[in-house]
Amino acid sequence: MKSTTQSILRNGTGWLLPALIVLAWEIAARTGLISPNVMAAPSAVAEAFWRLLLSGELVRNIGVSTARALSGFVIGGSIGLIFGLANGLSGLSRNLTDTTLQMVRNIPHLALIPLVILWFGIDEEAKLFLVALGVFFPIYVNTLLGIQSVDPQLVEMGRVYGMSRTTLFFRVILPGALPAIFVGLRYALGIMWLTLIVAETIAASSGLGYMAMQAREFLLIDVVVLSILIYALLGKLADSFARLLERLTLQWHPAFQTA
Amino acid sequence: MAVIALDQKAKPARPAKETAEARALRETPPGQWFPYAAPQPRERDNRDIAFSFRGISRKFGDKTVLDNIDLDVPAGQFIAVIGKSGCGKSTLLRLLTGLDKPTSGTLTVNKGAQGENRTRIMFQEPRLLPWAKIAKNVEVGLTGIAKGAEAREKSLAILNEVGLADRAEEWPSVLSGGQRQRVALARALVAHPYILALDEPLGALDALTRIEMQHLLESIWQQQTFTAVLVTHDVAEAVALADRVIVIDHGRIALDLDIPLERPRRHGSPDLARLEGKILDTLFGENK
Ligand SMILES: Nc1ncnc2c1ncn2[C@@H]1O[C@H](COP(=O)(O)OP(=O)(O)OP(=O)(O)O)[C@@H](O)[C@H]1O
Ligand SMILES: [Mg+2]
Repeated sequence: MKSTTQSILRNGTGWLLPALIVLAWEIAARTGLISPNVMAAPSAVAEAFWRLLLSGELVRNIGVSTARALSGFVIGGSIGLIFGLANGLSGLSRNLTDTTLQMVRNIPHLALIPLVILWFGIDEEAKLFLVALGVFFPIYVNTLLGIQSVDPQLVEMGRVYGMSRTTLFFRVILPGALPAIFVGLRYALGIMWLTLIVAETIAASSGLGYMAMQAREFLLIDVVVLSILIYALLGKLADSFARLLERLTLQWHPAFQTA
Repeated sequence: MAVIALDQKAKPARPAKETAEARALRETPPGQWFPYAAPQPRERDNRDIAFSFRGISRKFGDKTVLDNIDLDVPAGQFIAVIGKSGCGKSTLLRLLTGLDKPTSGTLTVNKGAQGENRTRIMFQEPRLLPWAKIAKNVEVGLTGIAKGAEAREKSLAILNEVGLADRAEEWPSVLSGGQRQRVALARALVAHPYILALDEPLGALDALTRIEMQHLLESIWQQQTFTAVLVTHDVAEAVALADRVIVIDHGRIALDLDIPLERPRRHGSPDLARLEGKILDTLFGENK
């Protein structure tokens, strides 16, 4: 977690523009350019943040949402990874499942929300299911692509040098597929938050999305804006974490070599 | 470093030999060149056979690529294989290294005492693992033979021999093409192969790096006593390096030529040129 903060600080220039926007926004709100029932001033949002932080509501909701996001991600991601690896390595497995999976992929997973509510109500399973489904495909598709694009010449080289199947997988195939798997991972993290926001706004009794919907009912625009900002922040955090991981594991890649 | 040292070793030897040879050749009518410039072929009669092809054929569909090839190669020989593109040179090497199986015929490869496979192939591309440091890439050559500290020690020793000891901890992506090919050579040699098959390993290199690599290859072959099978498009390279050149044409061995010249050989010497001419005649004979 500490190194994540460090990497955020290192990317300081990226935060310059958001800071300027917030400043302009505050000025516009103070001067009455933006009416308070359209948009809350940053200071009001900060106040709401402090209020909810003290009441413990914010921490609880963030905790609930993060736990949902991560468990859905782990479930969907690992199933996607397993299918991706299996279908990349075995022609039989690919013939059996790939067509079906590609067909299911064409259904937007959010279109399943009514069905999911019918099945699970607004329980945890509903959110887990949707997040896992959303995360599954980017991981699956990119893992499969990664394995299929491993240089066959390297695989042949490994065979000539007498590598066993396991050695071949861990020394040649997996490292070769890793860049593509990371692309899938980062894409999946985006989908993870997106799915969760939608699912929580529609069918939930806790979490950030629920907090935002409640606030809307009571016209607490500062809390609504706060929820949106926190979503953005969490998304950014997840992405930074993935990038850090990518930098650590792909040191060999010319694109990640720091001169 | 070692490469420079190697050149220094080679250079003083050359001018002295050159002048003696050149004078002898100048004073001799062309028809009698051979006895002067060709002292002795490396003895081969009483040696073990490294590998032998007996009536080997390889067909792809109904296309016959190799047609009833018979070939015996004594251990320690440096043999070059030449032929037009698509004539089946790579197929021959793939059969030899077990990457492919013959359609018919028997292939005997002399294995080690424990029956372990010590046939190595070096490809036209270095085929290094981009995600492994140089030393780790060389250690791939010891798969199933050595591990850990022992493997590391061996890989550093062989890297030293190809002049890349100081690059052991770098990624392959930062090396030049010639350096990568030297790493590939180190990887092929680290386990002391009995047979080293080389599939146009120098084809993608520039002319200078190429000559440097030829010297390196020759000197390492002279130190370690492996059997080298070099596939090349470059007739000059073949006669400069090999003890014996075979030309493959229409799936058969069209020419089996000994190159009984002393080493180190000088590029562009009249002897080499004469043998080169003979090979080219075989390759393009039908055009005349
Ligand atoms: N797996 C394969 N399936 C079908 N045909 C093949 C296969 N491998 C090789 N061939 C054919 O066999 C012939 C010989 O191929 P090979 O690669 O041995 O040629 P080569 O002499 O090495 O050529 P080059 O000098 O261009 O490398 C070619 O006509 C090629 O199309
Ligand atoms: Mg070839």
